[in-house]
Amino acid sequence: MRELIKKREFTLLLLIAVMLMLIVTQAPSFVSPENILRIINDTSILIMVSIGQFMVILTGGIDLSLASIIGFSGMAASMLNQYFPDLPVILILFAGMGIGTFLGLINGVLIAFGKVPPIITTLGTMSIFRGFTFVMSKGQWVTAHEMTESYMNIPHGSFLGLSNLIWAGVIVSLVMYYFMKYVRTGREIYAIGGNKVAALFVGVKENKINIIVYSLVGLLSGLAGVMWTARYAAAVNETAIGFELFTVAACVLGGVSIAGGSGTVVGVILGALFLGILTNALPVVHLSPFYQLGLQGVVILGAMIINTLSEKRNEKKLLNRRLQ
Amino acid sequence: MIMDRKKSEGSKSIVDKSRLVDESGLNSRIVSFVTKWEFILVVLLLLEIVVFSNLTPHFLNTFNLLNTTFTFSEKAILALPMIFIILSGDIDISVAGIMALSSFAMGYASSQGAGTGVLVLIGLCVGVIAGLFNGLLVTGLNMPAIAVTLASMTLFRGISQAILEDQAYTEYPEKFGYFGQGYIGDSMVPFELVLFLVLAVIMGFVLHKTTYGRKLYAIGNSSSAANFSGISVNKVRLTNFVLNGLFAGIAAVLLTSRIGSTRPNIATGFELEVITLVVLGGVSITGGKGNIFGVVLAIFLLGYLKFGMGLLNISAKVMIITTGALLIIAVLIPGFMDSTKARNKLKRQQNLETTEKNLNKGIDE
Repeated sequence: MRELIKKREFTLLLLIAVMLMLIVTQAPSFVSPENILRIINDTSILIMVSIGQFMVILTGGIDLSLASIIGFSGMAASMLNQYFPDLPVILILFAGMGIGTFLGLINGVLIAFGKVPPIITTLGTMSIFRGFTFVMSKGQWVTAHEMTESYMNIPHGSFLGLSNLIWAGVIVSLVMYYFMKYVRTGREIYAIGGNKVAALFVGVKENKINIIVYSLVGLLSGLAGVMWTARYAAAVNETAIGFELFTVAACVLGGVSIAGGSGTVVGVILGALFLGILTNALPVVHLSPFYQLGLQGVVILGAMIINTLSEKRNEKKLLNRRLQ
Repeated sequence: MIMDRKKSEGSKSIVDKSRLVDESGLNSRIVSFVTKWEFILVVLLLLEIVVFSNLTPHFLNTFNLLNTTFTFSEKAILALPMIFIILSGDIDISVAGIMALSSFAMGYASSQGAGTGVLVLIGLCVGVIAGLFNGLLVTGLNMPAIAVTLASMTLFRGISQAILEDQAYTEYPEKFGYFGQGYIGDSMVPFELVLFLVLAVIMGFVLHKTTYGRKLYAIGNSSSAANFSGISVNKVRLTNFVLNGLFAGIAAVLLTSRIGSTRPNIATGFELEVITLVVLGGVSITGGKGNIFGVVLAIFLLGYLKFGMGLLNISAKVMIITTGALLIIAVLIPGFMDSTKARNKLKRQQNLETTEKNLNKGIDE
């Protein structure tokens, strides 16, 4: 029990509960099952992509290009749908994921074999991928009446009462939870971020890990791209601009150390949910949506400060125990 | 020969002389000069001028060349303190957020009837305070700069967005317009450009001729080693962040004055362009390596590249792709050259060792 309370995920869960209670005093209908599902539906894309960002941050890197990957693969999938309306949507979904994986692979190869620091690589490919999105679409949009009904139904269709988008989020979360906790490669990702030299000595291949991690981010972003364009029934060239920072924010909120090596999938999911609830609650409590950005800044900064202070206190406690 | 050998063995604890490679020859000097990143930047800049002036008659036009600096002077000014920050191993992605906050404060003050002098003062003060805020969080609580400035970026821009909503401040005193739109006297030289050059000289002096500058390199190479050698690392880093805030304030004054209005989305995306400029200028993102000449060259290279491509009617999207590609290449090529150089050196060392061994063998026999 004591272990549980000490855990960061528990604190975050508590914070979410407190926030929900505060909102409920203003608007009781906020915690109705339909609304909760709506919020989860809204946050699913953020959850999926944040888990990808989480893996990258674990290795000590950062991926600034994932929003551009979302934009590119979303546009590519929508254009496939526009020009080949007879193509089965499942193929388009896989095509979007494949394109995302390929773009992620480019990042991975540059980082692993080109030895370009991740922040530079992804800063560069962020512009490159976004630029090619414009070039590919010739600056045009793909709008709702150019998409087929079945394409737009990818996220909206439902199964067992939950939308496909929620299912996608749930499946990605479960798979990644298992992968990061019980699969050897997942543990190796932690190892590289925790202590690179030690990891290399026990035989972890850094290049392989980097390529896997960045390709996986690409895969998740590709999936997110298809979901995004289908959900809003429009593929614009600016899809998801600035989204990379939200994913980093979700990770930081979820207790992921930006220096790498620590954090959990559950924490990231809770961090993303926290942001999702915050965004959805603003209109309910009659705050102008213009407050969103500032509030997010305050919340993220506050969470980080609390995190750092509690870590420091723990270290002190450990030190004292050792001295005794 | 035997004496030499003994001598070198005697001093082996300091340096193994048999592994020293003579690099003072003209040939190796030329190679190391030509492969310098600043030299490559100069060549690229000259190449750019030659190519564009052949493609369009409007490129080599004094008025055009001077006037187009308006488009990149603010970013150029932001790049100067960013060199300090990145050199010492930090990063600041909140500069555009600081500009938004500072511009908002000036707009508010102006709507209350403040004069030009007061406006500038307010703009600079807000910048300094925001920089101090970042710096204290980074050094006081020992949090990573990228996380802190990511959060403060949303906070700073969020404040101006929360209050300004979808409105804009557009009323500024007439004199205030000089900073961003004015020219020096009757000449064609923009005030912004001159201000940038003056600041670049000052920052270059601080970086390359003062102890403060040397401290930056020391911290960037190994902050704990710097700490042990008596440098108050956190004080230097805090100063960097305050400087960065001040320069963001200056840039906010210039940009607000140039476009004559303040919206919450002012200067969006500047932070990444500024980091691109600094890295393209040869400053290592991991800190400890780089100089101000490279960055100034990179500023003009990129600025005139955009101008030239614009003259040729090349779409903005191609420019975005070019910038991104340049950024990656700017790190990829020097890294590749360094590893080739290191490999060559190793080969020569091994050759030296084998010839020496053969020589010794001959003497022994």
